Amino acid sequence: MIYNEDFETLPREVLETLQLKRLQQVAQRVYHTVGFYKKAFDKAGVQPDDIKTLPDIKRLPFTTKQDLRDNYPFGLFAAPMSSVVRLHASSGTTGRAIVVGYTKRDIDTWSELMARCFVAAGLTKNDIIHNAYGYGLFTGGLGAHYGAEKLGASVIPMSGGNTKRQIMILQDFGPTAICCTPSYALNLAEQGKAMGVDMRSLKLRVGIFGAEPWSEKMRDEIESKLNLAALDIYGISEVMGPGVSMECMEGRSGMHVFEDHFIVEVINPETGETLPYGEEGELVFTTITKEAFPLIRYRTRDISRLIAEPCRCGRSHLRMDRVTGRSDDMLIIRGVNVFPSQIEAVLVGITGLEPHYQLIVDRAGTMDTLEVQVEVSEKAFANADEVRYLQTLEKSLAKDLKDYVGVTAKIKLVEPKSLQRAEGKASRIIDKRKM
Amino acid sequence: MKVEQISIFLENKPGALESVMRLLKDANINIRSLSLADTSDFGILRLIVNDANKALKVLNDNGLRVSRTSVVAVEVPDRPGGLHSILATLAQHGINVEYLYAFIEKSGENAVIIFRFDAPDDAVDVLLKNGFTVLPGERLYSF
Repeated sequence: MIYNEDFETLPREVLETLQLKRLQQVAQRVYHTVGFYKKAFDKAGVQPDDIKTLPDIKRLPFTTKQDLRDNYPFGLFAAPMSSVVRLHASSGTTGRAIVVGYTKRDIDTWSELMARCFVAAGLTKNDIIHNAYGYGLFTGGLGAHYGAEKLGASVIPMSGGNTKRQIMILQDFGPTAICCTPSYALNLAEQGKAMGVDMRSLKLRVGIFGAEPWSEKMRDEIESKLNLAALDIYGISEVMGPGVSMECMEGRSGMHVFEDHFIVEVINPETGETLPYGEEGELVFTTITKEAFPLIRYRTRDISRLIAEPCRCGRSHLRMDRVTGRSDDMLIIRGVNVFPSQIEAVLVGITGLEPHYQLIVDRAGTMDTLEVQVEVSEKAFANADEVRYLQTLEKSLAKDLKDYVGVTAKIKLVEPKSLQRAEGKASRIIDKRKM
Repeated sequence: MKVEQISIFLENKPGALESVMRLLKDANINIRSLSLADTSDFGILRLIVNDANKALKVLNDNGLRVSRTSVVAVEVPDRPGGLHSILATLAQHGINVEYLYAFIEKSGENAVIIFRFDAPDDAVDVLLKNGFTVLPGERLYSF
């Protein structure tokens, strides 16, 4: 099923004409309203008027996460705060977070795109949607919520956590669809089973899973444990939130990028060169309708490829494959984006710890676990030789990681010099998860 | 009247204790008393040795995380109620014990209790005033 048939099935030439017109408008607008973009365009030797064809987008400079951080909090907003009706932010220590804003029209667009996702999953206003994405600064919860309301479905604003209560509501309210991270879906299946609930006989028909990488193997597992059709959704807060692209029930192979609102490219992360359809590389998005927080050629660091072959569902929009990895060292732990540098910033802030650390990521059953191994510094140990003191240190570090980075971690103090000295950042991470 | 104790941070893994003991053996250092506090992940090995300075140097040079702490050694007759008599006095004076461990003297007549206090000077004062025998470090190192 298709929510907005006019736009989702536009013939490619018409779609591309629309994209060009919108790209030209957004290029003009950011150039004249956002100081950062004016400087970046000038430096790259390109003016908004130089965009005459769609491939001219390659002349525009990339925008990176660092640019967003440098302009924290509102430096890249292209609309006055009086027009901004909503703010969301990524987790992170102060100054390193990324803040995004939405005008009323941006919220309407986002709601429509999420409604398109729900319809692509076969949902209608007669469905009850159990929304277990986190509500709050994270875009997942409210993004899915507004889309469900736009569609006219009944939405249960569950948010994350409180698993036993979620299972009770799944039984009692009988939702027909669920939104959460794929690992949380497996967690619900397991905990439900442990509580003696037959999780296969719930009314759930469809699951819309995203916010972390997963695999076909996990899809099979979720489908068999919860007896539903599991679909992949993609979105990142910087670009909009959930609903940038979505798998359709008919194709179930790759996520349609809503190209009337975003221009997607895949580039070689080393050279920045644009790659042809089908080749794997880093996803780059340009938002062509957003008012408050437009982005020009934003480097997502997510690795995927684009699929140009037409889909049986009839949508003309390109599909992107599952995200298979990252071109930086970001980790996704239980749906939370975590950079080792954020953890390092917390470590350095705690007296008595040294920034010699290693991150061990694993999956215990269905849930991701993070262990932070930190070497005990001379200072920490000279102050007191008591177990209690060191345990307090471990606890305060765990609390700070939860507060600032938003991730639950087990802290393990280790002997000095026992951790490998990092040459590249990647060696600080041992990811044992098998997707 | 205080005794020097060496503390060593150890990860809870096979061979951690052995490697410390090998270093001490090779440096010809003799252990007078020891205790090992442990959690699921790490332990703290506390030692009283015949030559604390040498032990510290050897362990430090080999990359171990070591610290020096002052503890108080109290001698009591080795019979029922020996330890209780000390603790009763400490409790009466509101002195908190962080941890303790003990050993029996070679003669077999007395026990020595090693105490770690928050405020060791106050504790020593109270113990001496109440007639307890607080041993100087030298006595312990050369037992």
